[in-house]
Amino acid sequence: MNEAVQIERSTRISRLFAAFGLLLLLFLIIAPFYLGRSELYLLVEIFSYLALASLWNLLAGYTGLASVGQQGFVGLGGYSLFALTIFFRMPPIVAVLAAGLIAALLAVPTAWIIFRLKGAYFAIGTWVVAEVYRLIFAQVSALGAGSGTSLPTQVVQSIAPTRVARDNLIYWTGLGLVVTVLAVTYLILRSRWGLALTAIRDSESAAESVGVDNYRTKFLIYFLTAGATGSVGALISMQKLRISPEAAFSLNDWTAFVIFIVVIGGIGRMEGPLIGTIVFFLLRGFLADLGPWYLMLLGAFAILITLTMPKGIAGSLAERFDLDLFPLRRRVRLPKLNSKDSTHSGLVDDSSVLPT
Amino acid sequence: MDLVATMLDGILLGGLYALFASGLSLIFGVMRLVNTAHGDLIVLSAFIALVVTDRLGVHPLVSLVLVVPLMALLGYGLQRGIFNRTLGSDILPSVLVSFGLTVLLQNALLQIFSADSRRLQAGNLETLHIDLPGGMAVGVLPCLMFIVALVVIGGLQLLLYHTELGCAFRSVSDDQETAQLMGINNAHLFGLAMALSLAIVSVAGVFLGIRTNFDPSIGPTRLIFAFEAIIIGGLGDLWGTLVGGVILGVAQTLGGRINPGYQILAGHLVFLAILTLRPQGFFAKLR
Amino acid sequence: MQSNGTLLETRGLAAFYGDFQALFDIDFRIERNETVAIIGSNGAGKSTLLKSIIGLVRAKAEAIYFNGKAIGGNPAYRIVAQGISMVPEGRRLFPSLSVEENLSIGAYSKRQGPWNLEAIYAVFPMLKEKRNVAATALSGGQQQMVAIGRALMANPRLLLCDEISLGLAPVIVKEIYAQLERITANGTTLIVVEQDIKQAMAVSDRVYCVREGRVVLEGRPPDLGREEITKAYFGM
Repeated sequence: MNEAVQIERSTRISRLFAAFGLLLLLFLIIAPFYLGRSELYLLVEIFSYLALASLWNLLAGYTGLASVGQQGFVGLGGYSLFALTIFFRMPPIVAVLAAGLIAALLAVPTAWIIFRLKGAYFAIGTWVVAEVYRLIFAQVSALGAGSGTSLPTQVVQSIAPTRVARDNLIYWTGLGLVVTVLAVTYLILRSRWGLALTAIRDSESAAESVGVDNYRTKFLIYFLTAGATGSVGALISMQKLRISPEAAFSLNDWTAFVIFIVVIGGIGRMEGPLIGTIVFFLLRGFLADLGPWYLMLLGAFAILITLTMPKGIAGSLAERFDLDLFPLRRRVRLPKLNSKDSTHSGLVDDSSVLPT
Repeated sequence: MDLVATMLDGILLGGLYALFASGLSLIFGVMRLVNTAHGDLIVLSAFIALVVTDRLGVHPLVSLVLVVPLMALLGYGLQRGIFNRTLGSDILPSVLVSFGLTVLLQNALLQIFSADSRRLQAGNLETLHIDLPGGMAVGVLPCLMFIVALVVIGGLQLLLYHTELGCAFRSVSDDQETAQLMGINNAHLFGLAMALSLAIVSVAGVFLGIRTNFDPSIGPTRLIFAFEAIIIGGLGDLWGTLVGGVILGVAQTLGGRINPGYQILAGHLVFLAILTLRPQGFFAKLR
Repeated sequence: MQSNGTLLETRGLAAFYGDFQALFDIDFRIERNETVAIIGSNGAGKSTLLKSIIGLVRAKAEAIYFNGKAIGGNPAYRIVAQGISMVPEGRRLFPSLSVEENLSIGAYSKRQGPWNLEAIYAVFPMLKEKRNVAATALSGGQQQMVAIGRALMANPRLLLCDEISLGLAPVIVKEIYAQLERITANGTTLIVVEQDIKQAMAVSDRVYCVREGRVVLEGRPPDLGREEITKAYFGM
């Protein structure tokens, strides 16, 4: 009997995971009703880092744009939020989205300039641009110049009338943001676009030869991630109720830690940022008292993982156990050759590429 | 006249930036590696010089006798132990590793030396100046820095184009696989290149320490200056890097004249302008 | 286990590019002062065999013996230091270096022997006039001479030539092979990989034919008939 060749997208594990994820989401949505103020605060932090990490993974892990300047957009988002709410009386939650839009718009000229650089020089170029943004905002006295400013009381109150309502609103915005980022990232990667990205990252010339428009694709991803990063940055500053150039544009907080999360979790895999964020916050919980030692440990750990486990935790697990939480690969199931054979399933992994 | 003095300052500052940049340029040329911890290694050299001058009571320039070999050794070890394993067609591992190194170095220095600002005491050198016509004066230290930059770049050119080692560097830069067929041990050669790079870095670090206050956090900005000098001058040409450094230095000093807060920003803006208008730099040689 | 004249032999040599196996169980042998040709169609594994010998492709230690010593698994630079040198496919001259610099870097391993710049220029006089020109500015035939000269500067006991006729006019190819005969006359052992079967047969003492990673034919040119070779080459 001849069965047709079947192409599968999901596996049992991924279906289980999706069910689990939905359940978790439900719990998270109603969290304000059973969690306290500091727990909600921590959760928003976790959401922020997870979002930033997923975005950086999309940018560097999938598209190959190794930016170490995303803190520029975090800061831009933060300062845009402050400016929009203070000077234009925009409702803060709307401003979170508007700030993202501003960041995305500024990403256009940014990309136009720095896409002229390649590889590691591109990375440093993104850093320079972030520095430029920081230095510019440090000169804007209306927003506190070098020492920064706090969110004025009327603005804070315009978020919501009571403190509890404010906390909840910020929390739900954060949850909404990270879910949106994860969902959109997943959809992108699942689509033809996702294949194009993997192709570009593995070999730009080969990708071009099959008709992928490298520049446009890379630009679009850069544009989208900048916008999302800006919104996350706006949320972060809003939660802190304060902004300063050093905090908003911090290389350490918004790039070093994010990169750490992605590297440890696993670059180029969607599970990576998830696992990495969990590991990061666990480490932070246990080690942050150590001060500079904690950061030294992070740095050393990042070096070690890059050299010994280049695919991160998620990648190593996937290799060992053929684990795939997010169904992104396409599996080819070949028809049974004869009834005596056990299912001969050839797994064609479209994320692997032959050595060039 | 004031303007001329400012520009002269900028030109001489360019010498220091060229020193920052030539080490970075060398390793990019030989192995297409960009070490983002480069700036922190400059700062590390300054701190090592601090310890040497403190313990041995010598002049910072004399401390170079110890600092240079030490940093060269460190460079060889770093390359063979860590960076060699990140070389390949994917740039992400080397960016990630050198990033981890940045965090590691900065915090180690913070732990050992605290965040206090330091300075290398060079006695007269800091204040000696030469009087020029028109009432201007130019510091001996900046002139010395510039001359050292000229010597270093000239020396590198000599090495690259008139010695067998330099020939080997250029071969490996052209074609890593065929270089092996010549009997070249690439791993060892890359180690030598990094050792040379850090030797230059250590000289830059000592001059930096004499010239300005330094603390563990100023590394990344030095890296950015080095990088800007390279891009302005054009990839692959060392004399171009000197010109790039000078342009950057002049942009900074002129910007600083308008407003001290604008100094670094002015440099960045000129860099971005040049990147926009002439992305290959002024003397680009590398493909 | 070596007969007194064997310079290099491989035993059950296998080679992989990642997961892809390019060579299967290759038994190959060359005696001192012999010239052996390896023929086969594209992708058959000829270049891979040379790359395995020279160490660019990793082999098992016991798979390759040179002068009685197991050299498999050694990195290329060590194998060159022991006396094997290769003229790579496509010449692969260093574009940043002049003709003379290309030749000089060939002597990096500092092996003693008859070959130095003067000796190379004596064999290829037209290179002397162009010594300071960028190597890649020369014509194809001249570049091939530079590539051969560069390999000779390592004073090898065994010289590997990978497809030196590729992209060159027949008359140039003849000239180059004539030079090669003169070069090897004084004691260099030579392995040539050739697509041009006639040329390969004309210049060699023995021929191996490789197909899909295996040796399918071996013998002396006078003993091998055209039909036999065609069958082995194409597998018909």
